[in-house]
Amino acid sequence: MGFLNRMFGQREPTSRQIAKERLQLVLVHDRIKISPGMLDQMKDELITVISRYVEIDADGVEVTFIQSKRQSRLTADIPVVGPVRRPLPKAKTAQAGAGGDG
Amino acid sequence: MGATVITITSGKGGVGKTTTTANLGVALAIMGQRVVTVDADIGLRNLDVVMGLENRIVYDLVDAVEGHCRLRQALIRDKRLSELYLLPAAQTRDKTAVNPEQMVELCNQLRPDFDFILVDSPAGIEQGYRNAVAPADRVVIVTTPEVSAVRDADRIVGLVEAEEKEPPTLIINRVNPDMVRRGQMLSTEDVVEILAIDLLGIIPEDKEIVISTNRGTPVALDGRSISGQAFRNIAGRLMGQEIPFMPLKGQASMLDRLSRFIRG
Repeated sequence: MGFLNRMFGQREPTSRQIAKERLQLVLVHDRIKISPGMLDQMKDELITVISRYVEIDADGVEVTFIQSKRQSRLTADIPVVGPVRRPLPKAKTAQAGAGGDG
Repeated sequence: MGATVITITSGKGGVGKTTTTANLGVALAIMGQRVVTVDADIGLRNLDVVMGLENRIVYDLVDAVEGHCRLRQALIRDKRLSELYLLPAAQTRDKTAVNPEQMVELCNQLRPDFDFILVDSPAGIEQGYRNAVAPADRVVIVTTPEVSAVRDADRIVGLVEAEEKEPPTLIINRVNPDMVRRGQMLSTEDVVEILAIDLLGIIPEDKEIVISTNRGTPVALDGRSISGQAFRNIAGRLMGQEIPFMPLKGQASMLDRLSRFIRG
């Protein structure tokens, strides 16, 4: 069966492709020295902060590191639902400044 | 103008650092260069047996560093190539017996008399590695097309970059072109893309390496084997020659050819 699949183009990823993908993934974390757990934590905190300002679809948030040569870039893809529904929670310093002006 | 110090390292053990060091030493000496190979793997010396010089050791690197002998006395001249020398590691000491400053000083003493100083690094990223890399003008990373070896090589790339040395270059060892073609092994292109450093050479998997290591006669002594030729090509590149990478052709089986024909 294996060789028939190979011959007629049932292309499962080869072990070579799997090795490459696994390496690329593990090296992202090795290079940044951030574990997958910490990345999740960062993502949760990002969601919390951004949700104060705009309503977002938290389930659709994707935070990933992109590698280009040996440079790493952090990208966050955050679906925005609309303006935040509840009133802006006022940070203490901001509130004090605004109150003084008013 | 003194020697260029090249440290051969890998992170992971067993990928071919010592074999590479021995063969590049041989290949450079064949090309008329004055070469000393330095075994920096103190406590686990092996460069001597790979080069077939294990019976001639009197003094070692630690003896020279500690002043028990003059540096010149610790150098072993190769039996086949008069311009090739080995500085063996101590076998009864450990990596704390020397420090990075002493390695720099040792190589500086060797520089005037040689064109190339090849330092064979121990595996790992601890003191033995730091000792080996400290004197390096250039760092060469050896890896094999395996997930674990490439991952460790990436660690080394990061460490070398952090030391403000020239970016390391890469030798990919034990490449099996048949397996690459069948999608069973990372290709050299895959590894270079992942590590994003310049490729210095590719050594195809070759049983001649095992045989020549059994005998203590590095494969590069005989330019007829494919791996020996690959080492000679790398030596030429280290000397600044432009040498194209060898085309690696696997033996395509009938079935492979048929399946590629059908898939197009």
